[in-house]
Amino acid sequence: METLLNDFSPGLFVVSTILLLALIALMVKFAWKPILTSLHEREEGIQSALDAAEKAKREMANLQADNQRLLQEARLERESMLKEARELKSKMIADAEAEAKTQANKMIAQAQEAITSEKKAAMAELKSHVAGLSIEIAEKVVRNELSNKDKQLELVESMLAEATLN
Amino acid sequence: MKIVQHSFKFLVLAVLMFLPSSISAFNAGGDGGQVSGKQQVEEYIVHHLKDSHDFNLFSYTDDSGERKHFGVALPVILWSSEGLVTFMSSEFHHDDNGQVIVEKDGLKFTKIHSKIYELEKGATAVSFDADHHATNGTKVLDFSITKSVVGILLIGLLMLFWFSRLAKQYKKKQIPTGFGRILEPLVLYVRDEIARPNIGEKHYRRFTGYLLTVFFFIWILNMAGLTPLGFNVTGQLAVTACLAIFTLIIYTISGNKDYWMHILWMPGVPIFVKPILAVIELVGAFIIKPFSLLVRLFANISAGHIVLMSLIAIMFTLKESLGVVGATSLSFVLSFFLLLIELLVAFLQAYIFTMLSALFIGMAVAEHDHEHDHDHEISSDVEDVRGDFI
Repeated sequence: METLLNDFSPGLFVVSTILLLALIALMVKFAWKPILTSLHEREEGIQSALDAAEKAKREMANLQADNQRLLQEARLERESMLKEARELKSKMIADAEAEAKTQANKMIAQAQEAITSEKKAAMAELKSHVAGLSIEIAEKVVRNELSNKDKQLELVESMLAEATLN
Repeated sequence: MKIVQHSFKFLVLAVLMFLPSSISAFNAGGDGGQVSGKQQVEEYIVHHLKDSHDFNLFSYTDDSGERKHFGVALPVILWSSEGLVTFMSSEFHHDDNGQVIVEKDGLKFTKIHSKIYELEKGATAVSFDADHHATNGTKVLDFSITKSVVGILLIGLLMLFWFSRLAKQYKKKQIPTGFGRILEPLVLYVRDEIARPNIGEKHYRRFTGYLLTVFFFIWILNMAGLTPLGFNVTGQLAVTACLAIFTLIIYTISGNKDYWMHILWMPGVPIFVKPILAVIELVGAFIIKPFSLLVRLFANISAGHIVLMSLIAIMFTLKESLGVVGATSLSFVLSFFLLLIELLVAFLQAYIFTMLSALFIGMAVAEHDHEHDHDHEISSDVEDVRGDFI
């Protein structure tokens, strides 16, 4: 301990204190402050660049997801449209079929009606024709029959007989 | 032959980038100043560990037996009984044993074991007592530009040069080039591994400048101590004390209310324990912490220098038993490996000093949000870390 104290030089202590104080002050002013400030700025720059890159990445991902979603939606829409069209088509076909059927039925019914009425008319005409014809024939026959008096009397006689019977 | 031998030794040292200002530069022996015996080696090492008033690179003895010194004389600045006295250290003629007496302004000065004494009026020579202490001289306040001061100045200027250049580089580009590329990760290391985790995100900015300065100052000076220039700045008690006191002042000034509360009136303990704890905490804060800093650095660096120089000295001490080649190669191998360890120690001690400074500052500015759980956590962390280093 005594040797240590003996070795301790107060003069050197004072000189080194002054020199170190000066060194610390100079180093802080001319070296550490600018160095640490620049390092700090650089680190912040790097950090913000990284953040920006991260943000861009996230935005990119969002965009991609959006695209995907839009694509999906478009696909769904197309599918539904197709389905609708298909349904419409079959409905149209069915409708047309049904309409055609009713139309046909109606036409058939009309035709049948027409046929029936034609038939009736034809029948009626035929009847009247036949009746006319019969009357003509009957007239001719009657004329023929009644050309002599005897025969006329005979007929009246028979007819009166029939009438009395009734 | 002698020259050849000595220059060979010097060459070995220089090539190895080893310590001493030169083994043969030892002057205390008086006659020629060569180192050969164990006693002289020990004296030389002790001499080296002390500060020196001149910057001696190497010495040799020429053919006529005269001692030649190669180095730079440094100014001696003294605060004597009659005020400021200055002269060049060359006036001592490399004497370190009270043999040469310098007269300035009517005062007589002599240098004994790197300390300058002012002789009493009328004395013409130094008289020693049995323990080789001067009896008729008093130590003067010595503000000389010693070798350590030169070291501090050189390394300080080097740091200023390197780091201000790095600072300028950032104005032009984002990433430094050249030597700055080596310095930048070191700065980041101190900031992110030492300052930030120990002091905390909120306050670390204020203290990073101090911590960076201290870290690089200690580290570079530790490494300068491993070169043949032979600096031993961080092995000077005065320098480490100065650094430790800076840390003490910083954490004392920046200590917040919680910090002082925990020192002076520890919450959460019985009232009669509080004064006892206050005494312990005060001793801890003002004596133990700075002493642990200053002694650790001083002792580690001094020990490194002593061991390294002792291993180099194997060259002389084992010359007779192993032969010149054997002793030199043994010394070479051993000191080479020790040098590698010392390189690690140089970094480690700078790291530990900075780290502990940051830790002490961090304890002083820590904010206790969760009162006691938090506090316990911190102090146990501190104990862990200290346990690792002590």
